[in-house]
Amino acid sequence: MAIPPLSDLPADAGSLDRATPAAASAVRLEGVRKRYGDVEAVAGIDLDVADGEFFSMLGPSGSGKTTTLRMIAGFELPTAGRILLNGEDVSNKAPFERDVNTVFQDYALFPHMNVGENVAYGLVIRKVPGEERRRRVADALRMVRLDGFDQRRPSHLSGGQRQRVALARALVNRPRVLLLDEPLGALDLKLREEMQIELKAIQHAVGITFIYVTHDQEEALTMSDRIAVFNQGLIEQVGSPAEVYERPATAFVAGFVGTSNLLQGDAAERVFGTAGTFTVRPEKIRLAEPGAAVAADEISVDGRIREVVYLGSETRYYVALDAGSELVVTQQNLVTSSMEALAAEGRPARLIWKRQHGLPINA
Amino acid sequence: MTTGTSSLPPEGVRRRFLAALYRRTPAQLLILLAPPIGWFGAVYLGSLAILLLSAFWYLNPITSAVVHDFSLSNFQQLVSDPVNRTIVLRTVVIAATVTIADMALAFPIAYFMARVASPRFRSILFMAVLLPLWSNYLVRVFAWRIILAQGGPLDGLLGVVGLKGPGFSDVSTWLVFTYLWLPYMILPVYAGFERIPGSLFEASADLGGRAATTFRRVVLPLVLPAVAAGSIFTFSLTLGDYITPELVAKNQFLGTVIYENQGVANNVPFAATFAIVPIGIMAIYLLLARRLGAFNAL
Repeated sequence: MAIPPLSDLPADAGSLDRATPAAASAVRLEGVRKRYGDVEAVAGIDLDVADGEFFSMLGPSGSGKTTTLRMIAGFELPTAGRILLNGEDVSNKAPFERDVNTVFQDYALFPHMNVGENVAYGLVIRKVPGEERRRRVADALRMVRLDGFDQRRPSHLSGGQRQRVALARALVNRPRVLLLDEPLGALDLKLREEMQIELKAIQHAVGITFIYVTHDQEEALTMSDRIAVFNQGLIEQVGSPAEVYERPATAFVAGFVGTSNLLQGDAAERVFGTAGTFTVRPEKIRLAEPGAAVAADEISVDGRIREVVYLGSETRYYVALDAGSELVVTQQNLVTSSMEALAAEGRPARLIWKRQHGLPINA
Repeated sequence: MTTGTSSLPPEGVRRRFLAALYRRTPAQLLILLAPPIGWFGAVYLGSLAILLLSAFWYLNPITSAVVHDFSLSNFQQLVSDPVNRTIVLRTVVIAATVTIADMALAFPIAYFMARVASPRFRSILFMAVLLPLWSNYLVRVFAWRIILAQGGPLDGLLGVVGLKGPGFSDVSTWLVFTYLWLPYMILPVYAGFERIPGSLFEASADLGGRAATTFRRVVLPLVLPAVAAGSIFTFSLTLGDYITPELVAKNQFLGTVIYENQGVANNVPFAATFAIVPIGIMAIYLLLARRLGAFNAL
């Protein structure tokens, strides 16, 4: 699917007035906590999201990312801490008093209204005059490539189309911040990948701050300017996709973003020469014959291939190390056939990687 | 297949019959639906047909025997006698006001049950709504007779502020009907509220809607079919009832007229003619309710 050319987008969409000083973040959280009875869903979060940023909150279910999003939207009020939108404290304001809009996980389209009425809902409430309203609804529908769908009922749309309507309904209000709660979760893989690219393009075109909740690390890596990795109500790390992937701050981040390839204790000491916890990304490791030559800036470790998983474009090897512990190695199937790959099971092997790819992390 | 231990039943008439049936969905449906359709057709529609037919018969004025001949005299009598028109109008007005009162009462109760109450409190409320239906209808109307009687509890209570109870009147009939049919309105409206996903409330607030706006633009249109469904019960039950007016009203209602004509006056043809009136009113009402989507909400 092609991304709509910029000329198709609302003329003023890219140049929304941003009168606020650059100093104020679009969204700022200060020591935000949320407690439900005995459970602390969000246990103290500080966060700054810059204007125009595509910011992802990544984490497993129950990590507090959706609760945090719902507090920014105003559906939940924080137990402690402050929430600021463009420098204004909105901690205890109602959703309709905040200049943010939400794309819901289940889309939450109004079933008794057609697509056009759904998209116009926010404008009707804000009493935007009819002429301008019609133009903005048409623009928004064109942006999500649903022009001509305004008379349809949500129940007659596919999942992907409903998703687009939900997006148009939120964007048509030109909010400061758009909140997206796992919006692609219900779509199949192909459609999800298309929508990822499209969402990113739309965000780029309208210049609105996106805060995107997902549990899919690939989605977060693909789309985000920055990612916050959530775990048990706290943020483990905030950084660009490359930072989070290549320099995980904690063992949890290393494991959740990408494959967990941890070496710790005795095994780490034998391989790296120092105690601590280290991680090596599976694709940074070279699988070589036993006794293969090792360069001065490389680290090598010997082991035996315990299991081989053939994945088409690449093969994943689980290698039990002689030093104890196990590492996962992925190799592109550039010249290897599936037969060759699978035959490697049980053979001894030497794993080699550049010294700088073995990262020490805080366990 | 050469295996000796096949789990299939032995080839036979029974198996061939079942296999043939499995392939023929219409035959399956016929066997499944024959008993209820037979019952519905013969007993229900049959008696309804006889009712409609007997509306065109008449009584021999001398012998009072039913003459099985076609005549429109009953209909002439029904339309020409102003008393009959008054009775029909009174019944319809009471049925309509009962329906409106039940809507007004059921709305907040059902909303509270579906969206505010804790699961525990909700079950308690459910019990409170359903419990009256476990006791005999006649007993409950008699209880109201005692409440409404002259010098009874209601008179006593209203006497404190210098008012008098309605006694046995159209107002008391309205009051008792409103009480009797309230559960039949609460239950569908509750189900209607329950069906609205919580995210729709949040989406409306998110798009700038305050509580009143959300109610008017989102909640009300979505719950309206359920209200229409409930009103079918309250309206039709009031229209057809003859026991309650007999006990707490002075005036005649549709039901009482039919009852008296076929029981006391022994004029079954005229009772049948009168019975067509509520059937006609309900037919119109159901057509209107269908427009509001009431049948999708049932």
